Amino acid sequence: MRSLIVILSVLFLAPLFIKGAQIRVGTGEAYKSIQLAINAAQPYDTIHINKGLYKEGNIQITKPLTIIGKGWPEIDGEKKYEVFTIKANDVIIRGLKVQHSGYATLDDPGGIKVLESQNVVIENNWLFDNFFGVYLQYSKNCIVRGNRIQAYGKQEQEIGNGIHCWKSDSLIIENNFIKGHRDGIYFEFVHYSSIHTNHAVSNIRYGLHFMFSNNDVYTENKFQGNGAGVAVMYSRSVDMYKNIFYENWGDAAYGLLLKEISDGHISGNQFTRNTVGVFMEGTNRMKVEKNKFDYNGWAMKIQASCMENEIKQNNFLANTFDVSTNGTTVLNTFLHNYWDKYSGYDLNKDGIGDVPYRPLTMFGVLVEKVPAAMLLFRSFMVLLLDQSEKIFPTLTPDHFIDPKPSMKYV
Amino acid sequence: MNKILQLILIDIFRNRVVIAYTILLALACWSIFFLEDSGNKALVTMLNLELLVIPLISILFSTIYIYNSSEFIELLLSQPIKRSQIWISLFFGLVICLLAAYIVAIIPPLLLFGYIQNALWILLGGILITVIFISIGFLISIQQRDKAKGIGTSLLVWLFFALLFDGLVLFILFQFGDYPIEKPMVLVSMLSPIDLLRIMNLMQLDASAMMGYTGAIFQQYFGSTLGTLVTLFVLVLWALIPFLISLRIFKRKDL
Repeated sequence: MRSLIVILSVLFLAPLFIKGAQIRVGTGEAYKSIQLAINAAQPYDTIHINKGLYKEGNIQITKPLTIIGKGWPEIDGEKKYEVFTIKANDVIIRGLKVQHSGYATLDDPGGIKVLESQNVVIENNWLFDNFFGVYLQYSKNCIVRGNRIQAYGKQEQEIGNGIHCWKSDSLIIENNFIKGHRDGIYFEFVHYSSIHTNHAVSNIRYGLHFMFSNNDVYTENKFQGNGAGVAVMYSRSVDMYKNIFYENWGDAAYGLLLKEISDGHISGNQFTRNTVGVFMEGTNRMKVEKNKFDYNGWAMKIQASCMENEIKQNNFLANTFDVSTNGTTVLNTFLHNYWDKYSGYDLNKDGIGDVPYRPLTMFGVLVEKVPAAMLLFRSFMVLLLDQSEKIFPTLTPDHFIDPKPSMKYV
Repeated sequence: MNKILQLILIDIFRNRVVIAYTILLALACWSIFFLEDSGNKALVTMLNLELLVIPLISILFSTIYIYNSSEFIELLLSQPIKRSQIWISLFFGLVICLLAAYIVAIIPPLLLFGYIQNALWILLGGILITVIFISIGFLISIQQRDKAKGIGTSLLVWLFFALLFDGLVLFILFQFGDYPIEKPMVLVSMLSPIDLLRIMNLMQLDASAMMGYTGAIFQQYFGSTLGTLVTLFVLVLWALIPFLISLRIFKRKDL
């Protein structure tokens, strides 16, 4: 019985002793400088930073530490330095306000840069006016969560990305708010990672940008008013669920831009008020299911270089053009979508229209050839052309149809 | 002048066509607002109606009215009244009547459905297009002595502006698509009041983003305050010039 108590107490009390020392930084504390505290700390110690303004140039973290801010201490890069450089595993950074990092195009200084590390957690920080917000390079199993990342970039070349990930693996990016950067979240050679419930607003280029990144998933994010919502390029097996693409409106704006990608799944997303909801180019074997497209200029633009995509059970409501394409070959399938412009009938009441729907209008084809023809949008002549084309298709490809359109909202 | 205008107004208001026009417009408006589920869509449909029906009625009615009142005009000419006074009174009589019909028909549904703010452009457009096509009708009826030919011409003019002009624009766009034709296209669009009004309303709806480079040029032009003022000025010119030419002819013509 006594031995059991000893074993139990060892089991329960051991973590208390293993857990590192608590080090405090701030005016009136043992350490005034964060860097000195870090140098003095043992691995797995915890450093508490009190409220205040800290201008220490570049701060290097080279051992596993937990750094916690109290009352949003401001760590300032004075527009010259990278603020935090992390080159160690198991680092946790929480509750800091990291601001004014330097600007340089050669070594890309960031608010918090993580180099060749694992299990790093960057949580609930406020990254303000940095060149790059959070920068992860050759890292694994890292978490970037609940940060507020904001910058005031005006031109693409003057500003870095909010969360920039390069050659990394198994990352989790969630609950962040990113505004005013070049790309909200940027992935290049990042695999097996997930991006959840982030909110990317008014970024200059893309809300979320994938390059050469495979087997990733992003869900329930909201992309609003970015140059383009999300761009997925040269990637495989990227899944996109339940995201909202909202008001990406402008000359070259897209809700979702797909270029040279394949085998992904796009489901349950909502595309509202974008110039182009989904733009597909060189996109193969994608499943586009159960999405909602409303009030877009074009719901989908599918270039002739796309093959074997399945567009099923989507809702198309109040779009100016439902679908447009630049060729005549038809290599993608449309099935069981709901189209608000469908004017067919359903005699046997099985919920499926008896006549096929043609999502491509004559005017859509004309505009694809000469964009300036939009000048005639809503003119009487265009109305006549579209109606006559509906009855006798001549210019639009014959097989570009949804053979079984749904009668009701899916 | 007042006396003549009064006579003309009384005559036109008793005209069954004007009453029918009012009822038709009102019916169309009410049904559009009841049937369309979204307010903006209803306004767009209204715009279509406005750009198609109002020009037709305005130009046809004014042409036919002038022909039918040729005896009345001759009678007035025998009196010691200035010629220009007669012609101007006729013009204002028609403008007042058709505008009254338009406003009476269109304002109640707009007010009831609460779109009056957004609909100001549409309302202004309707007023301008009415005046412009009455003015063109005057020019046609003074130039053609023959009634059948005059009505034929006014129908043709309507068809041209409502349909053929757009075809022409499309043709130009396709033929010269490889050249920088955006700025010339702004000028070309000024050659048709219907197109001008439609494009102005398109810019309000922010469709410019869908036009690529052309859209940017157009937004730059039509979206700016100066552009809007110039456009309105051109529309006023469209209303004034045909009428002034017809007035000049009327003053000198041996009837």
